Amino acid sequence: MAERAAIELVCPAGSLPALHAAVDNGADAVYLGFRDGMNARNFPGLNFTAADARSGIEYAHGHGVRAFVALNVYPRPTRWAAATAAVDAAVAAGADALILADAGLLGYAAEKHPEVNRHLSVQASASNWRALEFYRERFGIRRAVLPRVLSVVQVQRVIERSAVEIEVFGFGSLCIMVEGRCALSAHVTGESPNTHGVCSPAHAVRWQELPSGRQARLNGVLIDEFAPGEAAGYPTLCKGRFEAHGSIMHALEEPTSLNVLEILPQLLAAGVRAIKVEGRQRSPAYVAQVTRALRAALDLCQRDPAGYRPRLAHAAALERLTEGHSQTLGAYSRPWQ
Amino acid sequence: MKLSVGPLLYYWERAEVFEFYRALERAPVECVYLGEVVCAKRRALKQADWAAIAEDLAAAGKEVIFTTLALMEAESELAALARIVAGNVTIEANDMAAVQLAGGRPFIVGPHLNVYNGQTLRLFGALGARRWVAPLELDTAAIGELVGELPQGMECEVFAYGRMPLAFSARCFSARVRRTNKDDCGFVCAQDRDGLTVYTRDHKPLFALNGVQTQSAQVRNLIGCVDELEAIGVGMMRLSPHSNAAAPFTEVIEAFAQAVRGELAAQCPPSALPGGYCSGPVLEPGR
Repeated sequence: MAERAAIELVCPAGSLPALHAAVDNGADAVYLGFRDGMNARNFPGLNFTAADARSGIEYAHGHGVRAFVALNVYPRPTRWAAATAAVDAAVAAGADALILADAGLLGYAAEKHPEVNRHLSVQASASNWRALEFYRERFGIRRAVLPRVLSVVQVQRVIERSAVEIEVFGFGSLCIMVEGRCALSAHVTGESPNTHGVCSPAHAVRWQELPSGRQARLNGVLIDEFAPGEAAGYPTLCKGRFEAHGSIMHALEEPTSLNVLEILPQLLAAGVRAIKVEGRQRSPAYVAQVTRALRAALDLCQRDPAGYRPRLAHAAALERLTEGHSQTLGAYSRPWQ
Repeated sequence: MKLSVGPLLYYWERAEVFEFYRALERAPVECVYLGEVVCAKRRALKQADWAAIAEDLAAAGKEVIFTTLALMEAESELAALARIVAGNVTIEANDMAAVQLAGGRPFIVGPHLNVYNGQTLRLFGALGARRWVAPLELDTAAIGELVGELPQGMECEVFAYGRMPLAFSARCFSARVRRTNKDDCGFVCAQDRDGLTVYTRDHKPLFALNGVQTQSAQVRNLIGCVDELEAIGVGMMRLSPHSNAAAPFTEVIEAFAQAVRGELAAQCPPSALPGGYCSGPVLEPGR
């Protein structure tokens, strides 16, 4: 491959074909999880067996790409043994870093496998340098993924005060709550990112066709209804339409995707070390397209940050892949907050 | 079983806050949590005001704990946290920044720190935690598993009454539903004394918006679970404040005190909040 970029593009691999797509299209690193319910994309048909993980990581390494393994749910006592076994399996598979959220599990990994990098998962909700310092002092974390709650200026402040490398989300589905501190899905379905690695799980979704249109329910709770002909999105709890303050509205957030294409120079200037693409639940084709567009944009931006303008082709490629053809800078932009 | 009054999660007027805590001096609770969890912009009470309230409550025999923000982003918020910690008080930590600052001294592990296993409990125990407030999403069975792993000298507190704080965001939803945003909020959250109820399109109460916090519309009410919680080793039940318009809060406390004394017929006054009462972390399907 050509020269390694100073800022890392970290891409999602929900399956071996998706991993190949990310590697072949210019990812600097890929991240993946096992089929054991221990990571935040615990979806049917997704994720890696131990053998697939080994083969995928070998493929990545063969192309000069690093591979991180996400083990970022919070294991309950009955799942503790499975969680530590997953840490050991990730190390055995050749992971370059473990993405962890649970303090107990970070302690285990630091003690048992001190030589393997530990990255603090976004699920650990560390949104300030003091929290990062807690994890660095105790568990020697090398890198942290910031929750999607900070403005660009705040990201920069964190980087200035922290000895930890900072990775931020650049594209994909948008959590609007602090990751790791959201129990909306637990309240409505009994399953949440923290405990089960899922949000608004598919098995709880029911679609109902009515003469007036289409209803989407989650465990019986009406998340939205769509008029005939209206595009109907997946009923993620925080993207539903509800009645609030006298009107029907997307009270929390519209169906939309995060896209930082236009603020890449600011993120670069802030000292961000890596840009993460959300979407291990997405298809290999999706991963290929996002990776290709962001790779080109990042290369452009790093060659000439001052002269950088998003290319129409990159913007259009990404826009096609957004939820409901809508994109946002999320909390990076103060007015969003 | 001991009772606590959790931090006031809503933004009330200054006089109302003083009045609320004045009434607690005579209430049958062992512990009161003071301070702001939700939003750093809420400054109707200064630190000196909280200190004065704390003094009166302590004089009335209450254990007083100072709570801290759940979402800390700005340098000014960290500075405010450092001032609270420097005050030689016991704090409830709701972010690792607070643990980092207060570690080594006794502190309370708040409900917004993620503790789901014995290893994490022991880590906090070694840092000085003497009480752990279970995460809101854990049911009684899951809490029971963890109470069995509590280190020596640490007790478990359970959120037993109140609209459940479910999530935090960078975004202010009280502002959003009024077509503005956090920087221009005008403190509109003060208009919703118990949060702003969000309904599904078939008119069922679902959430309550409270600034950057999203709560359940339902009030969790575990008054019927005192014996069960006691049996699994829970040491304290938390009652989360709401306005008297929702139900007279001192009567709620009195009812819980009766239940703790073993009066089986003890019942909370009916809730006037649209969601009514619920018993568990999970909404019953079909509601």
